[in-house]
Amino acid sequence: MEKQIWIPFLNNFFYELGQVFELTVQAVKGIFQKPFEKRIFLQQLEEVGVNSLPVVSLTAAFGGLVFGLQTYLAFHRYIGPGSESQGGPIIAVGLCRELIPILVGLMVAGRVGSAMAAEIGTMKITEQIDALLSLGASPIKYLVVPRVLASLIMVPCLTLYGDVIGIFGGFTYNVYLMHVNQTLYVQNTLKYFEIWDVSVGLIKAVVFGLVIAIVGCWQGMTTEGGAEGVGRATTKSVVVASISILILNFFLSKILPATLK
Amino acid sequence: MSKIKIVDLHKSFGEKKVLKGVNLEIQPGETMVIIGQSGSGKSVLLKHIIGIMKPDSGKIFVDGQEITSLSSEEMMKLSRKFGMLFQGAALFDSLTVAENVAFGLRRHTNLSEEEIKEMVTASLERVGLRGVENLLPYELSGGMKKRVGLARAIAYSPEIILYDEPTTGLDPIRADAINDLILQLKKDLKVTSIVITHDMNTTYKVADRIAMLYDGRIIEVGTPEEIKNSANPVVQQFIHGRATGPIAEW
Repeated sequence: MEKQIWIPFLNNFFYELGQVFELTVQAVKGIFQKPFEKRIFLQQLEEVGVNSLPVVSLTAAFGGLVFGLQTYLAFHRYIGPGSESQGGPIIAVGLCRELIPILVGLMVAGRVGSAMAAEIGTMKITEQIDALLSLGASPIKYLVVPRVLASLIMVPCLTLYGDVIGIFGGFTYNVYLMHVNQTLYVQNTLKYFEIWDVSVGLIKAVVFGLVIAIVGCWQGMTTEGGAEGVGRATTKSVVVASISILILNFFLSKILPATLK
Repeated sequence: MSKIKIVDLHKSFGEKKVLKGVNLEIQPGETMVIIGQSGSGKSVLLKHIIGIMKPDSGKIFVDGQEITSLSSEEMMKLSRKFGMLFQGAALFDSLTVAENVAFGLRRHTNLSEEEIKEMVTASLERVGLRGVENLLPYELSGGMKKRVGLARAIAYSPEIILYDEPTTGLDPIRADAINDLILQLKKDLKVTSIVITHDMNTTYKVADRIAMLYDGRIIEVGTPEEIKNSANPVVQQFIHGRATGPIAEW
C-alpha cells in the first residue's frame, strides 16, 4: 500500500524539479542574450528592492532586538553579571550569517515571490503568455529574466541593509536598554566579527534570491485552472520558496567555512 | 501552393485525445472558418498553426516550410508572418493601448519611435479607434479590447491573421462590426485568414470556405453553400444548432 502512495508523489516531485531546473537554465542563459528588457528590469528592481525596505526594516530591527535580548539573558544567567558585553560578536555573527538572510528571504518570498506567481499566472490564464509568443517575444526573456536578475541583485542588497539594522537593534537593546558597557561591547564585536560573516549571509542571499524568483515565475508559468489556479500558484510559490530557503540555509551553513582566518 | 497545409496532426493532453489526425489546406488570400463545438480543439489547432503548441505527431507547412520541427528561436522569427486575435483579446494589462499595439512592431521591425507612433495610430484607425492610445486595457469595453487586440495583430503587416472566437462575448451589433472588420482587413491587406468560431452568423458572413472540426478530425470542408447542403448529419445538426442528433457528447 505504501508503495502506491509514494510512487506518484516522487514522480511528481522529480517532474517539478525538472521543470524548475529547466527554467533556471533558460533564465540564466537568457541573462546573457539580447534583447535585454531594461524597463521591466528597472521596475522589478524597484518592486523587489525599494518596495521591500519597510518590511525588511521592521523585521530586521525586531529580529536584532530580540536576538540581543536572548543573548543578554544567556550571558547574564549562565556566565554571570558583567559578562553580557561578550554577547556583541555573537549577535553580529548570528544575525549576519543566519537570522537576517532567513528573515529577508522569507519576507521577500512572501511579498515578491507571491506577486510574481500571481501576475505571471494571471497572464497565463488570460492567454497573455501566448500573446507574447505570437508577437515574437519570449516569455522567458520578457518576464522571467528581469525578475530573476532583479532578485539576484536586490535580495543581497536588502540583506546587507538588514544586517546594519539588525546589529544596531542588538546594540540598542544591550547598550541603551540594559546598560551593558558600550566600549567593551564594541571592542568584543570588532575583535571576533569578520567580513566573512557578512559574506556568508550575502552568498546565501544570492541563492535565496534565485530561489524566490525562479519558484515564483515557475508557478506563474505553469498556472492552470482560472482564478482558483492563480490562488493555488500564489500559495504554492510562497510555501515552496520558504521551505527551500530553510532547507538550503542549513546546507549552506554546513558547507560554507566558519572562518577564512 | 497552399499557404498553410496541415497533415495528420495529433495531440493529446494526458489521456484526452484532442486532435486525432487533422488534415487541412488553406489557400493564399482565402478566409477559412473552422467551426466546431466548444472544447472540440479549435483553439488547440490554432495554437499549433502559430507554433505555440507542438503536436505529438503530424506536420504543418507554412508557405511550404515545415514548422513543427523549428526551434523556438526560429519560430520567433516566423511569428512575423502571423497575427493573432485572442478570445479575450489578451492585451498586456500593464501596458497602455499604444504600447500593446507597438509590441510586435518593436520586435519585428527596426522602425524609429516616430514611425512606430504613426503605425500605431494607423493600426488603431484601421480598426475604428481614435484617441485611446494612452488608456490602459482595464479602461476599455469588451468590444474595444478586441479591436485593440486586432490592431496589435495587424500592426506589423502579417500575412496570416488568426481569429480565436472573434465575436464571443459581444452583443450582436458589436459582433457584426467585428465581422465587417474581418472582411475589410481581408480586402485591404490581402491577408489569409483563419477564423475559429461557433457563431454561424460570423461563419456565413466572412467565410470563403468552412471546415468543421468534430471528434478530433476535420469531417467536412467546403464553401458555405456546400456546407449548407452537406449530407453529413453531424454538420447539419451543428449548423442548425439542434440539441438532438448524432452529436450527443456533453
